[in-house]
Amino acid sequence: MKHKTFFWFVFPSVLLMIAFIALPIVSVITQSLYSEHEQVVVVVENCGPFGCTESTSVDQEATAALREAEPLGRWAGFGIYTDRNHLAIDEVAGAWVNSDGMPDFWRTLMNLPFYSAMAFTLTYTAIVTPMTIILGFVVAIVVNSVARSLRGPTIFLSLLPMIVTPLVGALILFWMVDARGILGTALQWLANDPNLSVKASTPLMWIMLMVYGTWSSIPFAFVVYYAGLQTVNTDTLEAAMIDGASRWERIRYVVIPHLMPLTTFIALIQLMDNFRVFEPIISFQAQAHARSLSIAIFQDLGGETRLLSSAAATSVLTIIFVAILLSPVLVRTWRDFGKQR
Amino acid sequence: MTLMKKLALGTALAALSTTTAFAAGHADCGDGRLSIIGNEFPAIQTVAAAAVACAGDGAESNLTADHQSLNLPGMTGNPAEYTTAIVANSSIVALINDDVIRPLDDLVAEYGQDIPKQQLITVDGKVMAVAFMANSQNLVYRADVLEQIGMDVPTSYEQVLEAAEKIRAEGIMQNPVGGAYAAGWNLAQEFTNMYLGTGGQFFKPGTAEVSINNAQGVEALEMMKALTAYMNPDYLTHDSNATSAEWEAGNVALMNMWGSRTGVLMDTEGSAPEVYENTMTSGPLTVGDSGRPANTLWWDGWTVAKNISDEDAATTFKAMAAGVSPDILNDQTMDQAVWLMPNFEPQPVNTGVLASVQAGSTPYPMVPFQGLLHTALGDNIADFLQGNESAEQTLADIEAAYTAAAKEKGFLQ
Repeated sequence: MKHKTFFWFVFPSVLLMIAFIALPIVSVITQSLYSEHEQVVVVVENCGPFGCTESTSVDQEATAALREAEPLGRWAGFGIYTDRNHLAIDEVAGAWVNSDGMPDFWRTLMNLPFYSAMAFTLTYTAIVTPMTIILGFVVAIVVNSVARSLRGPTIFLSLLPMIVTPLVGALILFWMVDARGILGTALQWLANDPNLSVKASTPLMWIMLMVYGTWSSIPFAFVVYYAGLQTVNTDTLEAAMIDGASRWERIRYVVIPHLMPLTTFIALIQLMDNFRVFEPIISFQAQAHARSLSIAIFQDLGGETRLLSSAAATSVLTIIFVAILLSPVLVRTWRDFGKQR
Repeated sequence: MTLMKKLALGTALAALSTTTAFAAGHADCGDGRLSIIGNEFPAIQTVAAAAVACAGDGAESNLTADHQSLNLPGMTGNPAEYTTAIVANSSIVALINDDVIRPLDDLVAEYGQDIPKQQLITVDGKVMAVAFMANSQNLVYRADVLEQIGMDVPTSYEQVLEAAEKIRAEGIMQNPVGGAYAAGWNLAQEFTNMYLGTGGQFFKPGTAEVSINNAQGVEALEMMKALTAYMNPDYLTHDSNATSAEWEAGNVALMNMWGSRTGVLMDTEGSAPEVYENTMTSGPLTVGDSGRPANTLWWDGWTVAKNISDEDAATTFKAMAAGVSPDILNDQTMDQAVWLMPNFEPQPVNTGVLASVQAGSTPYPMVPFQGLLHTALGDNIADFLQGNESAEQTLADIEAAYTAAAKEKGFLQ
């Protein structure tokens, strides 16, 4: 293809990508480097139905002048990234020097919002991603060996977790694990502890979130693998059969290598999705037990006073960490691509 | 002319005159625009309906629980999407901070002479909002259960603990105490109540420097933790709705609950007669020996956007003034809230809120940085209640989280 033809061919999609992907990210990065103006606070008297009280208020005229002078706000550089609610550089350095021993340092680290959110997010990603891939593969193999007449309904049932709206699916599970719900009561009976409550225990809540995360994304892995299974070369399979390969050996040495590129694809998508875990924490009302970077962004934007720069900084950090997390997979894909040429 | 025709003509004339009367009604509120954003509960629906009726065809209202995340963006543009926001003493602060609502003095002088002075919310001498109802959290109790254990209605949290212990010991209820302790806004609100009850101050006077890591802060946290021992173990996921459901299920005998939600608990729907017949409300509780009520007073009121034409502002003002006029009170609306209008007659469900006003409870602080502290409180208190760290550590975390946020917002250097 000539360069000129190629240029005009990709031009529309490049334009759309710049408008809807690149520019918003640039604006988020810009936002994260500025903080709000110094607020001129004055003591005023507020009166209302319950009488008058001495209080403080923002001096609008003085603040308006500051706003006029610097519409973007004060230049903060990386100040927001390094403050206590994000990377907390000073606090971590202080803890490193002052803590006696690793456990003490770890406790201080986990007490900082960013690092406790990272701890949950990484654990969640590290467990849910492989679980999704393994279970999705198993479901695909099983569905593929079901009799043809039953395959339609089986596929539909296997896709249900994905069809059900995530919030609704999570809410149903949330009610079922309630101390008075069917699963919650069953757990109490099994553990022989009438006070056992999933919602009150951090470890159980983490397990619940990961079970839900796996459950809701299995269908995605299943669909991709199932499509891949239809392209497995039947000649190779038959040849393996003639050579006396068992069913397990055929899966291990023929099917799995054939599906490897799909695994890379699923891993990429799942790593990204799981790192941004959000809905389960909201619908399980698990903020007291588990926080993620997305939850931190949501809370910055949802409070009575919005923290735009803080939310922007957390977004940029999320992008950076997703990039780091994906880099091994991306490097691998790049190498494979090189080999094929 | 046949009878039939006469009748038809009469009906047509009557219809015509009704329309004229209606049009005249519209003219009262002018030809400007009215667009309301506000929270969703019965009292606000009544106000919005009356205001929309006055402003006529183009008027609209968006009442939603998410109003707080919509009102500021919706009023920042020029012209603003919403010409009025119905807010409370906590949420008006964000609108004042960003300078999106206008002082109402000239509009009050021109169109609002009838509004009683006590309904006007003034900041630094300028009228910024018109309040129409009061709210607060108060003790709600089960009269039959208290009778069973032979105790009077508690007036302090210490007595609540004592009663809870008795109820549990006698096997009446396993977890007799309720409360909206869901991590986040609700939990922060409960701490705010408790901390004010201990006589604490949130900030060093006249500054944005937080000061809650003190004896009162520890006392407030300790009392909250003591109460959670008598709550459903899932308390950190219970917001006001879930707590009300626990109450209606008959699992709870004592709780601190919003006055605006007590009506639902006392009506005949959703619970057994033994529950709703014995649901009573009393004044605010105290904690420790400071003698101050451990709750906050709230008002709900309306504002007028800054970035709209004067004509729209005038229509909005007149329509909202009509929306909160004494005329909206009737048998159906009287018990929806503690209305501030002069012709309001207190109903049984209002006992708690009125008692709080009389006991001199503190209004929720209208401070520009209170919202930042509220968020920091909601994020950190659960750590203490779950026994992960000491009260002092939690309070230090809250102060540090608040300080970082306040620096970003420009309140601290």
